[in-house]
Amino acid sequence: MTPLLQVRDVAKFYGARVGCKDVSFDLYPGEVMGIVGESGSGKSTLLNCLAGHLEPDAGEVIFDTAVDGPRDTLTMSEPERRMLSRTDWAFVHQHAREGLRMGVSAGGNVGERLMAVGARHYGDIRSSAIDWLGRVEIAEDRVDDRPTAFSGGMQQRLQIARNLVTGPRLVFMDEPTGGLDVSVQARLLDLLRGLVREMGLSAIIVTHDLAVVRLLADRLMVMKDGHVVETGLTDQVLDDPQHGYTQLLVSSVLQV
Amino acid sequence: MSDYNFAYLDEQTKRMIRRAILKGLAIPGYQVPFASREMPMPYGWGTGGVQVSAATLVPEDRMKVIDQGADDTTNAVSIRKFFERTAGVETTEETGRATLIQTRHRIPEEALGEDQILVYQVPIPEPLRFLEPRETETRKMHALEEYGLMHVKLYEDISQHGAIATSYAYPVKVEGRYVMDPSPIPKFDNPKMGMAAIQLFGAGREQRIYALPPWCEVVSLDFEDHPFEPSKAEHECDLCAAGDSYLDEVIVDDAGGRMFVCSDTDYCRQRRAAGHMGAQGVPYEEGAA
Repeated sequence: MTPLLQVRDVAKFYGARVGCKDVSFDLYPGEVMGIVGESGSGKSTLLNCLAGHLEPDAGEVIFDTAVDGPRDTLTMSEPERRMLSRTDWAFVHQHAREGLRMGVSAGGNVGERLMAVGARHYGDIRSSAIDWLGRVEIAEDRVDDRPTAFSGGMQQRLQIARNLVTGPRLVFMDEPTGGLDVSVQARLLDLLRGLVREMGLSAIIVTHDLAVVRLLADRLMVMKDGHVVETGLTDQVLDDPQHGYTQLLVSSVLQV
Repeated sequence: MSDYNFAYLDEQTKRMIRRAILKGLAIPGYQVPFASREMPMPYGWGTGGVQVSAATLVPEDRMKVIDQGADDTTNAVSIRKFFERTAGVETTEETGRATLIQTRHRIPEEALGEDQILVYQVPIPEPLRFLEPRETETRKMHALEEYGLMHVKLYEDISQHGAIATSYAYPVKVEGRYVMDPSPIPKFDNPKMGMAAIQLFGAGREQRIYALPPWCEVVSLDFEDHPFEPSKAEHECDLCAAGDSYLDEVIVDDAGGRMFVCSDTDYCRQRRAAGHMGAQGVPYEEGAA
């Protein structure tokens, strides 16, 4: 089986500072990988390098494209990479307003990706927008409301719908539950888990919340100071942490 | 120093603007940056159009200036006077006799010919601006032909109003490549843009020039199930009875009285001179208002 994404020795420096360094892993179709670590550990830098938002200083990011097979996304031309990012890839931002167009209705937000890949039939665009709003539990009568009229949790769900409407194969998520209260988080996680399983998505989730990766991720990568310090199956890493930092991380979770 | 250089601008500036115009003609619909000059009029009064006109004018030209179709509004009158004074060119109100027409918000009703140039005044040249405020991003979107966002605007129109409510500055795609803002002309005028005359667009404040060579393919954007429709008031001109021209609605009293008149004053005058008369018209007299 060909890995969907092969990451080889990716490194990103900010001047003399290390953003992330020597990161390598394979992600297989249908697999969800979590990246955890404290603030400043380089997890968001890594995610942005993988998703093409930042240009890494070294390494390869090989994606198994639908048409041409495995290709290094870093040496691709920009139009190709941007095409990937609106078809096969999706990116869920921590703050929904970064990933949404706040001045455009919910339906328009969901429809944008469809129109970006050439959909030109209003009725079809609208019905798939409504379908997707339903899937993320947003009522049909909110389709013409702007995201500014939505709660934080709804905005985040809308962002997810907007990203998944073109049927991507790989989803990047940067703290998808950050800033939401726990009950809303729980619903969102439930929804995400359902969608990931149902659509057979591969996903890379960056978070500092261990509960999120426990629920969603098959595999876990722990980062500290730009380096990967431990990898393994989620349950294995969380239940039997080997590295000192991971042990600290696991023991720091507040118990209720 | 009492005399201006021909058409106000100095020769170096005109040369710079001509280069931008030629580049614009070579890449139809592409916005060419140029070093816009301060003009002796405020931004928004047509400084871009005036600079393009100044760079294009030759002493043999006969110039016409229209504002919303009319030859006799403040903007048109002052720009016409400006060129009468600084270039000494002959001016006219007759569309057919003019060799260079500077316009704001309209295309004349009378079809233009190959020996004519139409210069538009453009306030915001970037059709994607209200959706994407970053210039770096809109340039990239043009470069990579990522025009999905333009349809988001039309989608929003339909979802809010049930139809594409954009009625002016209606976005067009030029020669299957660049999406272009046709300046705030009514969408009624969009189908006329594939014409014999050269069309030049100048945006002074935004420092952009773009152009359409003759017989360019200009397609108004739309949806398959909501096709583009050029619209006008469902009426005839009350002065000249024209049923095919774009109409202005004029309120004539405080009792709800109104009339519809051609926005193209020259077209209306010619029709009345030829004996056409509308519902509220009076017989035409030479020289009468």
